[in-house]
Amino acid sequence: MSWELVVGMEVHAQLATRTKLFCGCAAAFGGAPNSRVCPVCLALPGSLPVLNRAALTMGLRLCLALGCTVPEATAFDRKSYFYPDLPKNFQISQEHACLGTDGRLRIELEGRTKEVAIANVHLEEDAGKLAHPEGGGTTSDVDLNRAGTPLAEIVSAPELYSVAEADAFMRALRELLVGLGVCDGKMQEGSLRFEASVSVRREGQGLGPRVEIKNLNSMRAVRQAIAFEHARQRAVLDGGASLVQETRLWDGEDARPWAEDVPEETVRALLPDGARGKTLRMRGKEDAADYRYFPEPDLPVYPIARDWLEQLRNSQPELPAARRARLREEHGLPAHDARQLAADPTLCAYFEEAAALAPAREVAHWLLNDLASLCKERDLPLAACPVRPSALAALLGLLEAGRITRAIARQNVLPRMFEGADPERVVAEEGLAVVDDEDALAAAIAALLDARPDIASAFHEGRTQVVGFVIGQVLRGVGQADARLVRRLALEALEARG
Amino acid sequence: MQAFLAVDADGLRAAAGALDERRARGEECGALAGIPVAIKDNICTRGLVTTAGSKMLAGFRPPYDATVVARLRAAGALVVGKTNLDEFGMGSSCERSAFFPTRNPWDLERVPGGSSGGSAAAVAAGMVPVALGSDTGGSLRQPAALCGLTGLKPTYGRVSRSGLIAFASSLDQIGPLARSARECARLLEVIAGHDPRDATSLDRPFSRTEPASLEGLRLGYPREFRAVRTEPAVQRRVDEAVEVLTAQGARCVPVTLPHLDLALATYLVLANAEASSNLARYDGVRYGHRAACDDLAKMTARSRAEGFGAEVKRRICLGSFALSAGYHDAFYRRAQAARALIAEDFAAAFENVDCLVGPTCPVPAFPLGERTQDPLSMYEVDVFTIAPNLAGLPALSLPCGATRDGLPVGLQLIGPRFCDARLLAIGESFQAATAFHEACVPLETP
Repeated sequence: MSWELVVGMEVHAQLATRTKLFCGCAAAFGGAPNSRVCPVCLALPGSLPVLNRAALTMGLRLCLALGCTVPEATAFDRKSYFYPDLPKNFQISQEHACLGTDGRLRIELEGRTKEVAIANVHLEEDAGKLAHPEGGGTTSDVDLNRAGTPLAEIVSAPELYSVAEADAFMRALRELLVGLGVCDGKMQEGSLRFEASVSVRREGQGLGPRVEIKNLNSMRAVRQAIAFEHARQRAVLDGGASLVQETRLWDGEDARPWAEDVPEETVRALLPDGARGKTLRMRGKEDAADYRYFPEPDLPVYPIARDWLEQLRNSQPELPAARRARLREEHGLPAHDARQLAADPTLCAYFEEAAALAPAREVAHWLLNDLASLCKERDLPLAACPVRPSALAALLGLLEAGRITRAIARQNVLPRMFEGADPERVVAEEGLAVVDDEDALAAAIAALLDARPDIASAFHEGRTQVVGFVIGQVLRGVGQADARLVRRLALEALEARG
Repeated sequence: MQAFLAVDADGLRAAAGALDERRARGEECGALAGIPVAIKDNICTRGLVTTAGSKMLAGFRPPYDATVVARLRAAGALVVGKTNLDEFGMGSSCERSAFFPTRNPWDLERVPGGSSGGSAAAVAAGMVPVALGSDTGGSLRQPAALCGLTGLKPTYGRVSRSGLIAFASSLDQIGPLARSARECARLLEVIAGHDPRDATSLDRPFSRTEPASLEGLRLGYPREFRAVRTEPAVQRRVDEAVEVLTAQGARCVPVTLPHLDLALATYLVLANAEASSNLARYDGVRYGHRAACDDLAKMTARSRAEGFGAEVKRRICLGSFALSAGYHDAFYRRAQAARALIAEDFAAAFENVDCLVGPTCPVPAFPLGERTQDPLSMYEVDVFTIAPNLAGLPALSLPCGATRDGLPVGLQLIGPRFCDARLLAIGESFQAATAFHEACVPLETP
């Protein structure tokens, strides 16, 4: 009998508002330490929080996208603990009247879909950052630029039963957040943070103690940590010992020593070779802080009018999953292209504009391949691409009309368009147009065959491959031409000289 | 007497000079042009040391003015300096200041009341005509009563708390201290009104109303107030004051506040719970006193141990306890429920009366040191003033005479929410018929 893995996720997403949650400081990444602070986010004496309404709106959009129940009114609470990165030594969060509850997220993996319950979504302010001195030293530095940044905390039910499901959950949530425009999803900048809660159980029985894992800085770390923790819990139980509810730290670099009863090798034996990293005990349940939650007296209760909620619902941006389906069905795009376009609102908007003027499948293909790589070469984000959708559509029009070949379009015309050139102009100026004048081609073929009677002879002796030579010569001489047309004319001419 | 912690002589002269220039140029100078104002030292003044009466903030210079200070300055008032208070507003005698106690100008061996003792003493002694105080459970009204002044705690939300060093967020209000109700009204006009920096401030602009006849005014002296043990001289002055009002046409109506006996306990739980949280920010990390230490946890603990006085520590402990797991429901939640009951009592009372009346403080100014050994005996002096804070109601203290020893006595009027103008108008009518507010501290030749 095996120990089933059960995972729940707690996610913190920084909302993409212009300013912080309770003051007017800019909410941005980086900057000189303590350069984006004010009396409120510094918690100077006498300072008071004032809610950033944009954060409330973004939070509500998230709740609607997750199908949450939204209460008649939402309110904030104080969550108290002492830490130097928390200026007030309490965090303004939500506990008794969260923004949304009882939602769900659909995840896709291995050809199946599954709905994962979302326990709640709530708003809270982020803490600042501590910088500890390298190589020892007796002081740490506190940077409060991040303190007060709005966060949406999303808590799932413990309904993920494998690393793959956890991974699918993270991807789906990230896609939703970015697709809504509510979070930029940059884990490396800390805009999106995941914490996993891992426990095990025998099939059909109750959950074992919950272990929270912190310090997961990438999706890869999350996957590795869940796998390790699953192995550790199994190793402990199989060895006859018991588990405790605790918080553990992910040590991805194996920088710290193992100091637990169950030997590390026993755990590693349950993991694939070369798996690195481990979870380490941080604190137990008995050390867990009593947060002394109580309603934030400096902020009023915020009513959420039902008609406002309806307005938001009716103006929700199209979510990636819905968009994927629409791109596949309405535009007939292959699943892979649909997925890529749906994941990026800017890209998708570009696509839609161009697809109104040119065949959708072609637009998608060129956009995702040629245009994307040219943009990347020039280090340009797509939003700054000088080739507008209408210009791309024009290029594709030329292609479809057979005026130019794919190779010419890709290699000669598109790059020039990056410099602002008009595709028609480029084709005309550089003589890139496909010659489709049959008479001209026939004349060229005739001239060649006249000059080289051995070609016709070879053809009629059975060496039909010489037609390739004829095509090659003609193309070299004439420039761009439709090879199939040249082949037809060449064959006709060769036949006639038999 | 030591009413002031800091006097900003340079700033004062500069502001006065600038005002003179504006006046010379014929420019608009503001409703309070040239009027010297003292500011209680828990209200932030830009660039001027603001200590909240605590060693924790000794030397702290705020980079901004509290909204009320900015409004006063914009109206041409001249900030004279910062007045003494019980540390972080926690006290009823001004003896809990970390620096020194302020003495009552009427009798230097007695307290001026607290926590706005310095502001009250400064006005009563004639150093400034008006001052700002703050009131969480009576901290402005009680010193007004003990110093023979008029003091108003406005309806909660009427005056911005931005820049007021927080004690209990849902109870604190800034208000005016002056000799007369009319002056209080003028000051309130300048400082009241919505502030985008304070999410609890309400959009209810205040303007003084002309006093009208008191004919038909229904006064209620709550039965439960009468049951509180009050010094006989105080009771006599208060009864006489009620007679002045009835002589002007008011009539007394029986009224009851059945849950008044819960007020003190409710206040002690809620005010201290909020305070324990509001004072958590004083950890020596960003500003304020920092103990020398090379371990973080010890640094915070030591900074707080060194920076806070005994009464502050007592209240933080009580407040944290009331919020803690296992006790939260029994104390904090219960107190919130009691608070709602008290507010309902007032609402019910105001269906039958226009204004509640009674003493502001059960005793006159008491000797320094008399109540400092027994915290509960100190909390008891707030028994009449606490309930209006819990219900967010406006409350006014008017001077109504003195004891045989010449110690002032205060009459408290409590009105429904947003009836600040009416209360002040009643006060003005009372002061038109009496001269208690004109009594001056006798000047003794040294």
